[in-house]
Amino acid sequence: MNKQKHWYDYLWLWSIAFFVLGFFNILFAWLGMLDFGLPLLFALFGGNKFFCNNLCGRGQLFSLLGGRFGLSRGKPAPRWLSSKWFRYGFLVFFLAMFGNMLFQTYLVGAGASSLRESIKLFWTFRLPWDWAYTAGTVPAWVAQFSFGFYSLMLTSLLIGLIAMVLFRPRTWCSFCPMGSMTQGICKLKRLGKD
Amino acid sequence: MLSKRFAQTDRTRCVSCGACTKQCPRDAIRIHHGCYAVIDALRCVGCGKCAKICPADCITLHEREVQA
Repeated sequence: MNKQKHWYDYLWLWSIAFFVLGFFNILFAWLGMLDFGLPLLFALFGGNKFFCNNLCGRGQLFSLLGGRFGLSRGKPAPRWLSSKWFRYGFLVFFLAMFGNMLFQTYLVGAGASSLRESIKLFWTFRLPWDWAYTAGTVPAWVAQFSFGFYSLMLTSLLIGLIAMVLFRPRTWCSFCPMGSMTQGICKLKRLGKD
Repeated sequence: MLSKRFAQTDRTRCVSCGACTKQCPRDAIRIHHGCYAVIDALRCVGCGKCAKICPADCITLHEREVQA
């Protein structure tokens, strides 16, 4: 299979770079907003999933690790994992956690709570991450958002990796909140047209 | 001469991630306006690569009806 390679076929490198950069300086976490904004822009204005289909570094990373590197069992995932109620349920849960993260950022910004230089994995386990930030570099809320957003990205990457190993390489895609949201938008835009 | 088998997607379960489009050696799959994958049955050679990679496991192979 010799398909023509595009520049965007190497975006899996971005997926790795994001986590490496955030390990050294947490403020790089803000760049992750591109992975939130771009899919939505494509869906809202283009009515397509060009991001998922071609630009998603995470999907490419899973394809690479699970495919070429053979780190996936390649077994079909249970049906409920790609069912509508689970997909939209996970989306709602994810948005709620995102909202909670924004609220924490607001509290820090308003001076009601202090900056916590740590990463929270699976919304439960706190990991020290203080080496990645020098206090006072930016307003505290900017740093708080970075820690919160990096936590969210790392947690979802780990869930995706687990799903990749257990099932097929891109199992994450079947319940990825961004994927569900953008497909939902595309379907709404096509309502009554197909 | 067409292949004996061809692939078809379950549009209600497809998550339109595009994993199949990258896998298809015939470039026979496209994502219809971000809603679901559509396989060109005439281009499809029924290799089944897409069905094996689909994270939602929503692609199945079908026998072509015998031509009269």
